[in-house]
Amino acid sequence: MASAAATASGAHEAHEHHHYTTTGLDHRKIAIWAFIGSECMLFASLISTYLVYKGRSVVGPFPHEAWTSPAGQVFKPILDIPVTSASTFVLLMSSLFMVLALAAVEGKGKPGYEGVLGSSKFWLLATALAGVTFLGFQAYEFTSFVHEGLTIRTNLFGTSFFTLTGFHGTHVAVGVLWLMTLLFIDMKRGLGPRDAIIVDICALYWHFVDVVWIAIFTLVYLIK
Amino acid sequence: MTTDRAHADHAHEHPTWKQYKWVALWLTLITVAEVWAYYIPAFVASKAFVPTLLIMSAVKFTVVVMFYMHLKYDHKLFRALFTGPLVIAVCTLIAFVFLFAYVPVG
Repeated sequence: MASAAATASGAHEAHEHHHYTTTGLDHRKIAIWAFIGSECMLFASLISTYLVYKGRSVVGPFPHEAWTSPAGQVFKPILDIPVTSASTFVLLMSSLFMVLALAAVEGKGKPGYEGVLGSSKFWLLATALAGVTFLGFQAYEFTSFVHEGLTIRTNLFGTSFFTLTGFHGTHVAVGVLWLMTLLFIDMKRGLGPRDAIIVDICALYWHFVDVVWIAIFTLVYLIK
Repeated sequence: MTTDRAHADHAHEHPTWKQYKWVALWLTLITVAEVWAYYIPAFVASKAFVPTLLIMSAVKFTVVVMFYMHLKYDHKLFRALFTGPLVIAVCTLIAFVFLFAYVPVG
């Protein structure tokens, strides 16, 4: 009886800890890749909308050209490339921090993973801070655009730009919350090699947010 | 069995720290090149500007997906789950852009 109970308990434990599908792959990882695939389509639709409406705004401000309103008010090109380049760099570096966080979790307790460089807490915090910095840049950009006369209702550029970058910013914010949750778990009970899958899933999401920005930076900001 | 599954799923080969840092350096250099290109008026006016930026962006995209997202080292199913929708998304994007390019402004 006791043996049967122990077997049942063991089976339950195994069921709880191993989330494998018939493919032999963890279903959480399959799910995140399927989700990322669907997200590709979401962002492609938003980028398509931006590109279709590109250059079709009847009134300014415009992204790359100056504009004089009928009242004689002069608007300079609205996009601030140096500021956006800095935020792009921050997001790229956050991806580096994220892979180092995953490597630290996978290598915990192994030689070569001692000190700050092997600290998953440090790299998770660095990634989250980089994400918050990116959001700060975006908040600054949105605020300055509104002060310069571009809102989501001003013209087609404003509508498609704020929708696209706003959706991306929301994804970054969700990623930051996810990272903070992992950091909280790490501080509470510690993350080790057996938790690598939950950090890996968060990392995949974070890198996807990064690759979307790589596309947005070129298509929206750099191509005139 | 569990060990086999774990091996198939997660214990795949990952890049080393050194490779991660090289990847970050290349991503930074390509970004610098992109921004630099933006500030060269003669290059911006040339026909090479847009294709060059698109190629540099595609290289950055691919590098992040292959090395940071480990798709180069991961199971084929994950590659299919990502590249399938990505190809559909990119084809849809190109189709829309060409379709609406002929709609008059205003």
